[in-house]
Amino acid sequence: MTYIAKPRLHHPSLVKNKAGYTRRDYEGAVSTLCAGCGHDSISAAIIQACYELDILPHQVAKLSGIGCSSKAPTYFVGASHGFNTVHGRMPSVMTGANLANRDLIYMGVSGDGDSASIGLGQFAHVMRRGVNMTYIVMNNGVYGLTKGQFSATADKGSISKKGVANSDSSIDMVSLAILMGATFVGRSFSGDKHQLVPLIKAAMAHKGAAFLDVISPCVAFNNHAGSTKSYDYVREHNEALNRVDFIEGREEITTDYEPGTVTTVQQHDGSLLRLRKLGEDYDPSDKVAAMKRVQEGMHAGEVVTGLLYVDPSPKDLHDNLNTIDAPLNTLEAADLCPGTSALDRINASLR
Amino acid sequence: MLRRRLEFLLKPTDIANPDYFHKVVDCQWACPAHTPVPEYIRLIAHGRYSDAYMINWKSNVFPGILGRTCDRPCEPACRRSRVEDETLVKGKKEPVAICRLKRVAADYKDDDGIKASMPKAPAKNGKKVACIGGGPASLTVARDLAVLGYEIVIYDQDPKLGGFIRTQIPHFRLPESVIDEEVGYITDIGNIEFRHQRVDSMKKILGEGYDAVFVGSGAPRGRDLDVPGRKEAAANIHIGLDWLSSVSFGHINKVGKRVIVLGGGNTAMDCCRTARRLGGEDVKVIVRSGFEEMKASPWEKEDAMGEDIPILNMLVPKEVRHEGGKIKGILFEKVKAEYDAKGRRSLVPSGDPDEFYECDDVLVAIGQENAFPWIEKDAGIEFDKWGLPQLGETTLQSTKKNVFFGGDAAFGPKNIIWAAAHGHDAAISIDKFLQGENVEERPAPGVNVVSQKMGIHEWSYDNAPTIDHRLKVPHRAKQEALKDIMAEVELGFDPQLAFKEAQRCLNCDVQTVFTGNLCIECDACVDICPMDCITFTENGEEKDLRTRLNAPAINPMQDLYIGNDLKTGRAMVKDEDVCLHCGLCAERCPTGAWDMRKYYMEMTHAGQSCRKM
Repeated sequence: MTYIAKPRLHHPSLVKNKAGYTRRDYEGAVSTLCAGCGHDSISAAIIQACYELDILPHQVAKLSGIGCSSKAPTYFVGASHGFNTVHGRMPSVMTGANLANRDLIYMGVSGDGDSASIGLGQFAHVMRRGVNMTYIVMNNGVYGLTKGQFSATADKGSISKKGVANSDSSIDMVSLAILMGATFVGRSFSGDKHQLVPLIKAAMAHKGAAFLDVISPCVAFNNHAGSTKSYDYVREHNEALNRVDFIEGREEITTDYEPGTVTTVQQHDGSLLRLRKLGEDYDPSDKVAAMKRVQEGMHAGEVVTGLLYVDPSPKDLHDNLNTIDAPLNTLEAADLCPGTSALDRINASLR
Repeated sequence: MLRRRLEFLLKPTDIANPDYFHKVVDCQWACPAHTPVPEYIRLIAHGRYSDAYMINWKSNVFPGILGRTCDRPCEPACRRSRVEDETLVKGKKEPVAICRLKRVAADYKDDDGIKASMPKAPAKNGKKVACIGGGPASLTVARDLAVLGYEIVIYDQDPKLGGFIRTQIPHFRLPESVIDEEVGYITDIGNIEFRHQRVDSMKKILGEGYDAVFVGSGAPRGRDLDVPGRKEAAANIHIGLDWLSSVSFGHINKVGKRVIVLGGGNTAMDCCRTARRLGGEDVKVIVRSGFEEMKASPWEKEDAMGEDIPILNMLVPKEVRHEGGKIKGILFEKVKAEYDAKGRRSLVPSGDPDEFYECDDVLVAIGQENAFPWIEKDAGIEFDKWGLPQLGETTLQSTKKNVFFGGDAAFGPKNIIWAAAHGHDAAISIDKFLQGENVEERPAPGVNVVSQKMGIHEWSYDNAPTIDHRLKVPHRAKQEALKDIMAEVELGFDPQLAFKEAQRCLNCDVQTVFTGNLCIECDACVDICPMDCITFTENGEEKDLRTRLNAPAINPMQDLYIGNDLKTGRAMVKDEDVCLHCGLCAERCPTGAWDMRKYYMEMTHAGQSCRKM
């Protein structure tokens, strides 16, 4: 926690994006999380992503539950809409908000406690329904606010700060999200913005349920030897399957790559995901193979990161419900109540 | 993966080298006397004016004088002028008003307390040193050596000590009381004798049994004008330096209504403003060069123009017109600047018709020269082809081993703060020489680096940078100022303004110190840094590294701080250029890998600590 506000002075080379804002304009209040918290790095990555995407801050809605992670939306994109909901209930509030106004950019920020314990049911259903959103879990494997008990994502056998081994099986949020029908699933690490920022950008451009599991070490309670969510452990075991370059619009790819080293996925809105191969052949559009690779990684003790699964032609909640293009909250009485003759017609058709 | 060649990797920064952090304190680094600027500015903000004064007094000897007249090399160097946001400061990035804050310390100090805390001369050590000239260089030598027991004799042609400070700087810029006070602090030490006596022979001085001689006789000769009509109109053409001196001593108290001042330096500015106060109604400054290239400090030009004195540029005097021994005016040729392939400028006739300006008096301030007619050719002191003495660059020792030079007499005309710096250096040399030590061995500065952490979020300095723009020093109303040549124009900051201006200082002496083996590479410092000056990346060649940081390091004059010992093998690279020293990196650091430590550096002056025995 810091007592002075971040100074308004900035680097002389700071430039404005197409929306007319500098990166600094996408910041929020100064963080009150512990010094060194991975969540702050994720906030910084979100700031960078929104800046690079030329997003208008007032078109963003940030929703969160309860917990350290759920405090984080205060610390990025200050000029946007924010809703700190009930513990574990952010998905249903976001679903409702999205139904009411489909024009906003929805960002759900949650933690492993909020999404994998109290909110596990809500998490599953928001993915099933394909709400158009970017759902980020800041995953540190520990209940930081209550002083360091294991959370549901802590790996079996990992050691707590007090020296106790975890006996419960862990919930893998990535596997669960793919299984439940999320159409964009990735995993990353708060300590690697080169990987994280393009993933957030691609997720925000994805029209459907996009989920990112971001390992975010808890410096206060889960950054010791024996932890599997510490800076050191994640760095040593990080197995990045690909590097994403996110390209807006249908720009031509001008950089030359060795044949076979780049896979290009075109998303529904025309944006391109250029996946640079880092090792093995990996096709993120193959759902079954993705689940298999993630599970294999878990067994081998790897932290598999990168863009793990993407459906290039996703359907979202509004597609499924066949709602009109205009946001429902803009409809006037005349649109909503077409009159008795229309009602008579409908009633007649049912007789 | 970058292809790295080990020999090109930047080496980890050696913060034990006193120069490294010194360079980060831009103002102190730029100051010839290396005054610890941020330290005294903080003391001013705390209202501890006497402490601020004494830091200055130790370092630059003349705080009250310099606080009004310094050429302030510190200010163009000030980091503030690189980091301000144009949109918040009316489009103009400006340094902290360092010089005028120095004056605040002098104005508001406790005079009696200061007087009581001044050093007193110990018992005489039996060695005698002569100082030729009573200006700032000699006075500094006298101060540094008198407190060590040396017996000092200062010679000057003028009836009072001060030299250039007293004779050339008009009293409306520097009241005589300030000179008397600060010269008094030196002469009151004891063991210092002043002889009102012009020195005409070096050999005679050398024959009087002095153990060492210091020459601080300045650059006393004003350059003259060499155009047709100069001689015939001599009664109304004055050499600026001599004229100012005569005004200072009250020998001249009026001037014609129409005055032309030739020259573009600070002496020209003093001449024209003095002329405005002695009856000059239509006073012009006419300069060969363009406005921007003029040698005068920007603020002095501003002050002159503020007193209705136009500055005309690109005009070269061609002929003085006169009638019956009385001047009519000067004819000027219009010139323009041309640059050769190497970028050297020459002034060539523009082809425009000549311009004629009428006048009653002309003040010539086109430069000053060194002159040593009193040093005999066979005195054993060698001079170079420009007529300057051959000296050791830092020792200031001449080819005659017991004769030392300093101030304008050493390397040509500079300024007061350089004179003070030379005085300190010469005093070290004289002391070492007279103690039988090698004058080439120079003492290292005294350096202290201490953590400023007071608590979890508490630092011993005010770490929140302000966004206030530079404050103007209040001036006396123009009509009033022009009426009285003794009335000081600048009124100085009052304590409230001084506090506000002092808060603009970024505390660049409170250094960001990085300890790599404590770092867990969590990026907290990178994320919080308002200036994006911290990057964790692969080490590399400096030129390449500068381009691939989070924000480009565009100022090659400023170092990159390289930290190593990181677990990932990367390097921590911090661009010192734009750091606000706000301490947020250290506040957000969970492991104490960053700490804010105050770097206090004091130059070592003559005395026991720089002797071997």
